[in-house]
Formats: sequence, structure tokens, C-alpha cells
Amino acid sequence: MSSIAGTKSGLTWAVHISVVALVLLWLFPTVGLFVSSFRTADQISSSGWWDALFPQEQNLVMRTADPDTQRQEGAQFVIDGNLFEINGENTAGTISAWGTSSRAISEYKPGDTADMGDDGRITVQANGDYVWQNDVEFQGRRGERVFVTAKAPPKFTLANYERVLFSGSTTDSMAKAFFNTLTVTIPATVIPIVIAAFAAYALAWMRFPGRALLIAAVVALLVVPLQLALIPLLRLHNEIGIGKGYLGVWLAHTGFGLPLAVYLLRNYMVGLPRDIIECAKVDGATDFQIFTRIVLPLSFPALASFAIFQFLWTWNDLLVALVFLIDATGETTVMTRQIVELLGTRGGNWEILATAAFVSIAVPLVVFFAMQRYLVRGLLAGSVK
Amino acid sequence: MHPALQGLITIIIGVGGCIGYFYLSNLFIDRVLFPATGKNAGRNINRANMVRPWLFLFPAIFALGLYLAYPVVETLRLSLTDRSAGGAFVGLANYRQMVSEPKFWEAMSNNMLWLIVVPAASTAFGLLAAQLTDRIKWGNIAKSLIFMPMAISFVGASVIFKLVYDARPAGQNQIGVLNAVWMNFDGGVWSIIFLRILPAAILLVFAALMLYLIYTAGRPIVDRNATRGGLSVWAILLRGIAVIGAVWLGYLALKSVYSVFTANLPFGEPQNWLTILFWNNFFLMVVLIWIQTGFAMVILSAALRGIPEETIEAAVIDGANPFDIFFKIKVPQIMGTIVVVWTTITLVVLKIFDIVFAMTNGQWETQVLANYMYDKLFRANDWGVGSASAIVIMLLVSPILIWNVYNARKEMK
Repeated sequence: MSSIAGTKSGLTWAVHISVVALVLLWLFPTVGLFVSSFRTADQISSSGWWDALFPQEQNLVMRTADPDTQRQEGAQFVIDGNLFEINGENTAGTISAWGTSSRAISEYKPGDTADMGDDGRITVQANGDYVWQNDVEFQGRRGERVFVTAKAPPKFTLANYERVLFSGSTTDSMAKAFFNTLTVTIPATVIPIVIAAFAAYALAWMRFPGRALLIAAVVALLVVPLQLALIPLLRLHNEIGIGKGYLGVWLAHTGFGLPLAVYLLRNYMVGLPRDIIECAKVDGATDFQIFTRIVLPLSFPALASFAIFQFLWTWNDLLVALVFLIDATGETTVMTRQIVELLGTRGGNWEILATAAFVSIAVPLVVFFAMQRYLVRGLLAGSVK
Repeated sequence: MHPALQGLITIIIGVGGCIGYFYLSNLFIDRVLFPATGKNAGRNINRANMVRPWLFLFPAIFALGLYLAYPVVETLRLSLTDRSAGGAFVGLANYRQMVSEPKFWEAMSNNMLWLIVVPAASTAFGLLAAQLTDRIKWGNIAKSLIFMPMAISFVGASVIFKLVYDARPAGQNQIGVLNAVWMNFDGGVWSIIFLRILPAAILLVFAALMLYLIYTAGRPIVDRNATRGGLSVWAILLRGIAVIGAVWLGYLALKSVYSVFTANLPFGEPQNWLTILFWNNFFLMVVLIWIQTGFAMVILSAALRGIPEETIEAAVIDGANPFDIFFKIKVPQIMGTIVVVWTTITLVVLKIFDIVFAMTNGQWETQVLANYMYDKLFRANDWGVGSASAIVIMLLVSPILIWNVYNARKEMK
């Protein structure tokens, strides 16, 4: 081990640095969308989102207080105060340069005094405090213009979310699509689990001719592309009168999710200890009782992992919803469809797009981080055997 | 809240109906049809036990048959008929029409490109991430962050990457990361390092990898003594295909090295990445690679953990360096898992639809099969050609289908 121990620290550092780089690379795009959803349209189109996290340099035109606020100190007439306070709280920042003429807006540094001849002398500090003095009384109705180059701290807004979630605007509102997606997702997740659990139990613990063939069929159906199902099923739905609607999409998701559900659950149930089930049989339990009292509770991890898969898949689905659910009225549109539509109509309005996309991403992300353990377990059971 | 209520009722009816079906039908055979009492008790129990599995299986078989098995047959039938002629049998006319369309061949060649690049890149990145994160303390956090895109929909990912690829006219601040980075290149030293030497090095490594593949796959064909017992016809055929593929890919890589150095890059001009012909395919693939890498990483990392410690210790004692340990000890042991990951991602790629639909909709020569099919079905309303292209997807999937079934049967024995 000594030859490796010698090079270890260098290699370890290299590993740490590459992992950091990889993680940042993978996070960067998502963070971009997330940050953009909290910025105004002007901010998004004027600078990259990565600038939003740092103080921004901006040029502002401000005015001092009006001459009628002046007071006399000895022979001097004085107007003082804070530029930022007078011009509104949301311009607050740190002044790095200022000027009194539009031709030289960064003529002075903070703390310098500008001599404006008859108009007096003005001193501006970095925090916006100013003192404007003159030997004679100030004339005119408005204050002196001051051009300021200020570093403004990052500013974020919730207005986009308000617009997307609560405005009720027909084009931008995601509220309806959000509930539609939820309406599609929940039954489409729960129903296949119930059906698949019974089938998986039969395939795992009951003996009957043709069992191996059925398992092989499930494995084969696992990879059948659902593209093939679109036309025949749409025709079928139209013929039996379901048409396009929730019932059709629930049935379709159930059908498409079943192979994975049966496969995952059967693989898990086969691995349950034989003793428990045989003991129960000896004690006179029927298959139905064994299933509901023993196998189902023990299979909770597998049930949970399939539930997460199916939830993510139905929530994120576009194709099945397009074909089986969304009709010409668009009343039943889902979020993915709405976002594609926004990409077409509001391709440049990143504040709306980013927020809408993030609303649809948020729920799966929460589910993902909360239930990651089961998701990983399901993935492993599904592909590594 | 009408649809939500409807959904709630459906859950109750659906789930209640399912459970009710199972419970009542179970009760029915036990109590009414084959009661385990009376003089036929023994026979009845046996009969009930013969019927019960089918009772449990019926809903699943019915749904699978109706929603997956029947459509395969029906799509095949539709692809041989003409809808406008009232469903008359037209033989292979739809296929002939499809083959004569340039859009179809564009979709085919793009799909092949996807099939090569995405599984390879995702598996490679996944393996890299799995190996790197395996031995460090905060590896689990890193893993879940790389894994996170799995939860994001293809449509959401498309929006995310549209922002990355966004372009503003020259002179304005770029708000897309890629263009912001691009505008920093001016043809100087850094541009040469990052845009010429680095890609050329990657391509050369790839070509070397192909050479190695040609060597390992081709040697047993030429030299019969290299493998014990010789090879079957199928093995020779498979290896032959692998060698030809590798030769072609290696040739492409070497040819690209030349063009990397001679290409005239438009420095200082913001690029509309999604409209650059040919390369825009790669910008779309990045989205899928970004999503699938996490999946590959999770599975490969579990496989890496499953490698027996002893083999690695033995290699360390024999003086193997970390790279040797990785490529010669670890990778061969998880080859089976790598194949599974590869095929799983291949399946995803064959069905890829949402990304292309949302980002370019097949414009600028980015068409893929699934989107071509959607176009035919729901825009051109041509069910014959649409079904024919669906059958093409099915044919592309079927080798994996057969392989999976073969493996599953082997496992059960």
C-alpha cells in the first residue's frame, strides 16, 4: 500500500476538485432558471443571471432635496440629507463615483467636493449622504441633479410567481394546469399499484402453468415503445366513447406503467423469506390473507419506489397527455403542455417562462429529495439483478 | 374544483373497484363456486387454487394486453393499410412512401447519432462520477445533486437549456451562459487551447479507444487460439459488426481532428446554437445526457460497491496504479451492469420526443423518429406512414427486447 499512500493526498485533492467541478457543471443550468425566476424582465434581459448574485454597478440620476428645505448656518445656506432616501429605498447601494454634469458622470470620488460656481459646493459620501452649501440663498424650485455610479446589492422579486400562480391571466397562469396535472397524476399512480401488486403476488408465490411465459411477456412489454400504442388506443377510446379526457389518460398511464410495476414488485416479492409465507399457509391462511396481511406490508419499499417512478413519469409526461387528454378547448391542459405553448408564444419573456418551468419542476424535486432512498432502490431492483 | 373532485372520485372508485374485485371474486370461488366443505372439499380446494392465480392476474393481463400487446399488432396492421381508402390493404406502400421522404432519412440518421452519442456519454460521465464520488465524505450529497435532473421533466430541462443557449445580438449583454463564455474567445492562446487542442485531444483519445476495441473484438476472429473452444457463427457476426462500427467511428474521429484545426470559427459573434446545422443535434443531446448521467451514476456506483474488496487488494499488492485498478480490475467486473445501463439509456433515446418537440420541433434538421411520427400522426394526419415509422421504432427496440427476455429466462432457471 505504501506506493499508493505516498500519492494519496495529491490524488484525493484532484478527486475533490473534479467532483466539485462536476457538481457545479450539473447544477449550473438549473440554478440559472431558479435565479431567473426571481428577477424582473428588465433585469433578465440586461444582464446574465450569474450577475444577479453579486452587487451590480448601475448609473442613476438623482436629485437632492428641493431648495425650500434649506437652512442657514452662519453665513452659509445648507441643504443636506441622503440621496438614496430622497430618491426611493430601492435604489440603495454604495456610490463609487458621481458627477454633476451629464457629460462627466463619474468626475468625482465619494467624499470629494464639487464646486459649481454660483450654484455652490456639493459633497457626496459613499453611502449617499450629501451636503450642498452656498454663500447665497438657493434659488429655483427643484434640487440639484447628481449623477451617481452605485453598486446596488442583489435584488429579487416574487412578482413573477404572483403572475404565474395567482393572476388568473389566460396565457400565463399555471394554476389551472397545475391542478390538471395533479388530477392526472394521482389516480394514474395509485391504480396501477393495486392491479400490479396482485399480479406480482401471483407471479411470485403461486404455482400455475404458463407462469414463466407470463413473466417473459412482462419483461418484453417493459421495452415496447408507447409510440406504438398511440393510434390504436386513440381509435379505441373514440370508438368506446371515452374520447379525449381524464379517464382515457388514467387508463393509458395505468397500461403503460404496469409492466414496470409488475416487474419491480414481483422481483421484490420473490425475495421475501419463504418461511413466513409457508408458516402462514400451514396455519390455514388463504392466499388472499397472505397477500394482504404479510406480503403487501413487507413489500412497502418496492411499492414506494414504483409509486415514485410512476409519479415522476406521469407528472413529467407530455406525449400521453397530448394524445389522450388535451382536446381542442385546451381546458384540460397540463403543465408540460402549457410550458411548450409558452415557449412558442413567449419565447423571449424569460421571467414568465422560467417561473412557469420552475413551478412544474418544484413538485418532482421535492418528491425526489424526500424519497430519494426509495427511488434509488427501485432503480437498482429494476436494472441490476 | 370540478376535475379535482372527479379525480378524487376516480381514485376511490378505481382503487375501491380493484380491491372490491379482488376481494369479492376471491370470496366467490371460496364460498360459492368451490366451497372447501362437503364431500368434494379436497377436489374443490385444488380447483380453487388452480383458478385463483388467474383471478389475481386478470386485470393486469387485460390492461397489458389491451394497452401494449394489442397496439403492436394493430399498428402493424395500420401500417399496411390506407386510411383515406377506407382502410384498404396497400401492402408496403406506406413504407415505400416513408422511405422516399428526405425527412425520414434525416430523422433516421439523427436518431443513429443520438444512439451512439447519448448512451456512450451518459455511461462514461456516470462511471466517472460514480468512481469519483465513491470514496469521498460528501460523495452522497454530490451524487444526489448530479442525480437531481432525473426528477426534472424533459420539457423543464428544455426550458433550462434554452436559457443556456439563448443568444442576444452582438453588443448587448449575453444572458445565455454559452454565448457569454463564447464571447470571451477571441482567437488568442486560450481559444486555441480550449477550442482546438482540447477537442482534438478528446477525439484522439476516442480514436485510441476504438483502436483498442477493434483489437479486443477482432483478435478472436483472426486468431482462433485466443479463445477456448472457438467461436460460434453468431459471435463472429457480432464481433464483425463491432469491428466495422469501431473502424467507422475511429475514422470519423480522426477526420474530425483535422477539421477541428482547420475550422474557421466565428469569434466575437453570438451564436444561435440551435440553428447551427448538424451541431444543433449535439446541443439537444446535451439535455438528455445531463438528465441520464445521474441514472447511470447511481446504478454503476452500486455495482462498484459490489466488487469484492479482495480483488482490489490483490491488485494493490501486485503494484497496480489507480488507473490500472479502475480499468483492468473494476470495469471488467461491472461490465454486465454497464451493458444494462447502456441498453436502458438506448431505450430512452429511441423514444426521445419531448426535448426535440419543445426545443426545435424538428426544424434545422434536428428531426428524430418519435417526433417525425408525431408529425405524421397529428399534423399530417397520415396514419399509414405514422404507423410505419412507429414500427421502425419497434424494430430498433426489438434486439434489446429479445436480449432482455433471453436474460430474464436464463435468470429464472
